[in-house]
Amino acid sequence: MSALLSVSDVHIAYGKVEAVRGVSLEVNENEIVTIIGANGAGKTTLLNAVMGILPLKGRTAFASRDMATLDIEDRVAAGLSLVPEHRELFATMNVEDNLQLGAFRVPKATAANSFERVYSLFPRLRERRKQLAGTLSGGEQQMLAMGRALMGAPKLLMLDEPSLGLAPIVVADIFRTIGELRAAGVSVLLVEQNAQAALQIADRAYVMELGEFVLSGAARDIASNQRVAASYLGFQHEGESAV
Amino acid sequence: MNTTIMLFLLQDGITNGAIYALLGLALVLVFAVTRVILIPQGEFVTYGALSYAMLATGQVPGTAKLAVAMGLVAFGLDLFFARKSLHARLIARAVAVDIVFPVAVCLLTYALAGPKTPIAVNIALALLIVAAIGLFLYRIAFQPIAHTSVLVLLIASVGCHLALQGLGLVFFGAEGLRGPALSNVALTAGALRFTGQSLAVYGLTIGFIVALWLFFGYSLTGKALRATAVNRLGARLVGIRTTLSGQIAFLLASLIGAISGILIVPITTLYYDTGFLIGLKGFIAAIIGGLVSYPLTAIAAILVGVVEAFSSFYASNFKEVIVFTLILPVLVLRSLAAPAVEEEKD
Repeated sequence: MSALLSVSDVHIAYGKVEAVRGVSLEVNENEIVTIIGANGAGKTTLLNAVMGILPLKGRTAFASRDMATLDIEDRVAAGLSLVPEHRELFATMNVEDNLQLGAFRVPKATAANSFERVYSLFPRLRERRKQLAGTLSGGEQQMLAMGRALMGAPKLLMLDEPSLGLAPIVVADIFRTIGELRAAGVSVLLVEQNAQAALQIADRAYVMELGEFVLSGAARDIASNQRVAASYLGFQHEGESAV
Repeated sequence: MNTTIMLFLLQDGITNGAIYALLGLALVLVFAVTRVILIPQGEFVTYGALSYAMLATGQVPGTAKLAVAMGLVAFGLDLFFARKSLHARLIARAVAVDIVFPVAVCLLTYALAGPKTPIAVNIALALLIVAAIGLFLYRIAFQPIAHTSVLVLLIASVGCHLALQGLGLVFFGAEGLRGPALSNVALTAGALRFTGQSLAVYGLTIGFIVALWLFFGYSLTGKALRATAVNRLGARLVGIRTTLSGQIAFLLASLIGAISGILIVPITTLYYDTGFLIGLKGFIAAIIGGLVSYPLTAIAAILVGVVEAFSSFYASNFKEVIVFTLILPVLVLRSLAAPAVEEEKD
């Protein structure tokens, strides 16, 4: 089986500074993959470049199709979707309009089903459907951003720091929903600083440091890796503390 | 003060104000979607009006050829910018929009133009020509720099205005033109007389305001245009082509401009450069509306029209001075009422 998303030997530069150096990754169908790493490791840069917002050097393919000539809108139509770090909602429009625009590229009949699906994933959005997006709380805005992306019936949903700035109870809710997406046939590429939560729901993980992947493998193995535990999970193994 | 004179002035002011309202709405529409302050709006007015007036005399206006020329340039740009990812569908679309459409309009104009052509056909031809020019103007002058600041877009806008005005002199000559009235019906109510022309002005203005409101509030395309204005990146992330949004906005603005021109050219003589001043008054209304509010813009436009009518009666030398001075207190009030909004950083 070929991978849904495959990125090989990708370099991304801001002027002369290379933010991402020679990164390769794959996401298969029905898989949740996470990229964890500290602030400034290049995770957001990588997602934005895969979406087509930033230019990159290297090969990217989605559903066995080369993405080099596709712009953002083409990638959306092909089934790739990004929930960016800043969410980029239509703040002066209401929840329902935001969701409806999420289905801009899909047929009307599909959109009606998508509404039901999104509202059952996020019942809170149904309650707030006439409220302006800009007046929602942070957690609700994140739900709306994810809901808007799901309205387009994507094959792969890329999430950039969905837990950023949210209360722990809301984060738990969001992560539970991400786990449910797999059952709905949506693959997820999740970029997170909250490594513990991310590793719990992910199948596989990549650890990013200073623009490179330093470690990859099954999420279980990564979670039990000593170095990862020390750097990202906030506790140290007894053996290491003696060093 | 004489009540009859006052009523006449009020009627005159409202008729002019309705035209300014149409232009102000178009300015708000274009700014909201593309961040372009559309100075050449006035040229759409003169091009529409004078093309119609020339067609009414049986001549083919030069604007028809301009549309074809601009289409060719747009075609070149479309191919150049897509050179890395050319595919058959894209080329077919470019040929259809950039070449077939303006050439068809031009040929149609040559085929139909004549002294006996019905008014409705002339109006349709003038609208098609100006719509094509508006669409290509965005494609050529603004789409390549759509990501730049409002200031850069404004400078390009002034450039377009000057270029189009110069071309207007070539096409229409230095003498003014008048066109035939849309209808010769007239109603009398007390001392006031409503001509069919002024009724058409009211009807179309109200019609456009309602249509724009429905379009932006309820249709998916309208919402997509609004979304482009609210958050450009967000719009692209749901698959809305922001370039297409810009083209639709310019198409609508040029149509509205041309309709305004066709509505006033039977009432007043228009010269190749008259549009600028008319457009500026629409601009005042749009500024009073904060470049965002359609209803406020429409009300402000009526106010501008009425102030103009009264000042042309009581202090005709200072007519324009008074109208344009309106903008000062408005800007002061607005700056006090609303904190400065930082420009979006994309």
